[in-house]
Amino acid sequence: MERIPILKMNEFLLVSIQVDMHDRLAMTLQDDLTDRIVRDRARGVLIDISSLEIVDSFIGRMIGNIAAMSRVLDAETVVVGMRPAVAITLVELGLALPGVRTSLNVDKGMDLLRSSLARGGNGHRDAGR
Amino acid sequence: MAIRGRSRLTDVVSKHEAAILTDWLKEQLAAVKATDRIGEAELRTECARFLTLLKVALRSDGSHDVSSAAWSETRELIGELSRSRANAGYSPSETAMFVLSLKRPLFDRLRSEIGGDADALADEVWHTTLLLDRLSLFTTEIHQKSRDEIILRQQEDMLELSTPVVQLWEGILALPLIGTLDSARTQVVMENLLQRIVETGASIAIIDITGVPTVDTLVAQHLLKTVAAARLMGADCIISGIRPQIAQTIVHLSSVITKATLADAFVIALQRTGATIGRATKA
Repeated sequence: MERIPILKMNEFLLVSIQVDMHDRLAMTLQDDLTDRIVRDRARGVLIDISSLEIVDSFIGRMIGNIAAMSRVLDAETVVVGMRPAVAITLVELGLALPGVRTSLNVDKGMDLLRSSLARGGNGHRDAGR
Repeated sequence: MAIRGRSRLTDVVSKHEAAILTDWLKEQLAAVKATDRIGEAELRTECARFLTLLKVALRSDGSHDVSSAAWSETRELIGELSRSRANAGYSPSETAMFVLSLKRPLFDRLRSEIGGDADALADEVWHTTLLLDRLSLFTTEIHQKSRDEIILRQQEDMLELSTPVVQLWEGILALPLIGTLDSARTQVVMENLLQRIVETGASIAIIDITGVPTVDTLVAQHLLKTVAAARLMGADCIISGIRPQIAQTIVHLSSVITKATLADAFVIALQRTGATIGRATKA
């Protein structure tokens, strides 16, 4: 079965979505990621969607859900590299993903994770953003 | 009757072509005297070409149906004329005058040819009027179409010109908006901004709305969408240049950082990116 790889890097988990997401894949990712956060006691999750060209409302909501779930498990989530077309689509769909932290690229995303961890890394801190 | 009418008009045009041309030119020069934008020689060539084509078309097709194949060359010629006149800034009536001013010379010739037969003359005049009216309607249509094309092109140009995204500093973009924002324009603005964010890797974008005369709820919503899309990509937006009366309409924009002037926004943006700004102390 097709899976999206989850890589561990120190206390962070890296997820790079390189294929077109379909609903089943997104559900599997959600299961795998929550498992791994608990197993590896990860403090931060970085999801790279720079290769993702097409989103629908389901995938948009899944991204939001995954971020919210990670936060419940005390791991900060950053979504990086969203393409302009994808951003416009999500906004037009009314999915502005409040509460999801975003970054332009992996570099800046890692900086964001590290700095929020250094500041005491309580995942609920940013929930009201 | 129709056949007779056709042959008479054709005969008249063929027989008196040179005289009609002279009279016609006189008519037109009198009409456009005030707006002398076209040389007499040029006008003469155009008129002569038109008369020749008219003659050919009349001879091959008596139906006076200007949309038929026999009239295609005539249509082409006056289409070309109308387009060039529209581009030169002629008004629709001035353009239509080209064809309409042919009425008098033609009627004069018709009268002198078949003046004795009142019925025949009335018929001829009716057919000729019908024909020339149709042709002039056609010129007006083409004129209108050309003007529309010009307007459309200018709108596109303005759309391109009016949405520059400038880089103020490393990682800071500014988007000075000038003019009224509608859905189509906001779409272009949004795409431009997001594209530039990707290209420059900017983390902060300042949207300056000093030049936007009115901000209604729809425009405010468009602005919010742009801000939300930029945020999804990982860039923060600051809206600056909010005038007092605009502030009253967009009180619900509270989720976005707003500043009164572009300068204030720039200072905040510099602080966010870790840069500091101050006067150099004199030694």
